[in-house]
Amino acid sequence: MSTTTTATVPTKLWSGGKSPFNVEYGKLMMWYFLMSDAFTFGAFLIAYGTTRFATNGWPNPNEVFKSYPFAGENANAPLVFVSIMTFILIVSSVTMVLAVQAGQQMKKKAVVTNLILTIIGGLAFLSCQAWEWNHLFHEGAWWGRNPFINADGTASTTGFTNFFFTITGFHGFHVLSGVIINIVMLIMTLTDKFEKRGHYLMIEKAGLYWHFVDLVWVFVFTCFYLI
Amino acid sequence: MEQTHAIHAENHEGGKKEIIKVTLILTVLTLIELALGFWMMGIESQQLRLAIKGTIVILMLAKAFYIVAYFMHLKHEVKNLIMTIVVPLILFVWFITAFLYDGNSFRNLKNTYDPYKKELSTKKAEKKEESKEVKSEETK
Repeated sequence: MSTTTTATVPTKLWSGGKSPFNVEYGKLMMWYFLMSDAFTFGAFLIAYGTTRFATNGWPNPNEVFKSYPFAGENANAPLVFVSIMTFILIVSSVTMVLAVQAGQQMKKKAVVTNLILTIIGGLAFLSCQAWEWNHLFHEGAWWGRNPFINADGTASTTGFTNFFFTITGFHGFHVLSGVIINIVMLIMTLTDKFEKRGHYLMIEKAGLYWHFVDLVWVFVFTCFYLI
Repeated sequence: MEQTHAIHAENHEGGKKEIIKVTLILTVLTLIELALGFWMMGIESQQLRLAIKGTIVILMLAKAFYIVAYFMHLKHEVKNLIMTIVVPLILFVWFITAFLYDGNSFRNLKNTYDPYKKELSTKKAEKKEESKEVKSEETK
């Protein structure tokens, strides 16, 4: 195996003395962690898909997620609130890229600004999710309780709410961890930790994690709200 | 550590442009997804709905590619790193195919051999509405 790989790579990456992946150890390990995390989320979403395929009826997401904050009882705006949440996460991902880039250029001020914007985006997303959970809870939905009937008018199982709360909860917990990591990064930047080290590689690792959170939301958003 | 620095320095040019481009692509893809989602609400035909859902899944994968390749910078890493991340993820192809097929088969078996369950799942949900009203009265 290793001999064939050596033959296909023209550069001297496998000749020893340096990482054949050409990245720092911590970043490589972050990639492997994210890969394992992708399998965790994948397992959740595949379990959801399997259950959905094995069940005769399923609630219509446009009937369930049709409300938004400060709306009355009769709000009927499916997809609107969740698309706002999606854009918040995309924008916070962009500001994180900008923070990483500023770090590579050793611009401390730009790093701080963009990190603060990313943290605000993360908190905004969490607030949206908190509102949505609260709203659904007051409609009677929770683990083991499903007040929404199926799209074809038949009685539904609790599969829908169980998977919805488990998966969005797991994702929300990742967002929360990401916000905490970013706050730690902000404190480290403000106390000149990275300036003293001479590089901002830590921000890049936090950035990878944050983009992964955004990536997972792309899948959760599609699987629960769109299809 | 110095090596990684040298590599990053090369990528500085055009970095901002690339970010703006990818942001625009992600926004447009999301808007198309949402437009399809809104369009799907009024459609009754099951085949067409399935086709739209398939399109949405493809758009989702495109978004995932742009996030991983450009935001997470994987496209600009060396081939060894790309392969060590992407190759294991190919397992998902088998996972998704096998599990969804299994779920579908399970439903068919249940519907064929468990008529009671089938009857239950085709009953209209009037009782649910009642119990909801009772619950809301209780909370009052």
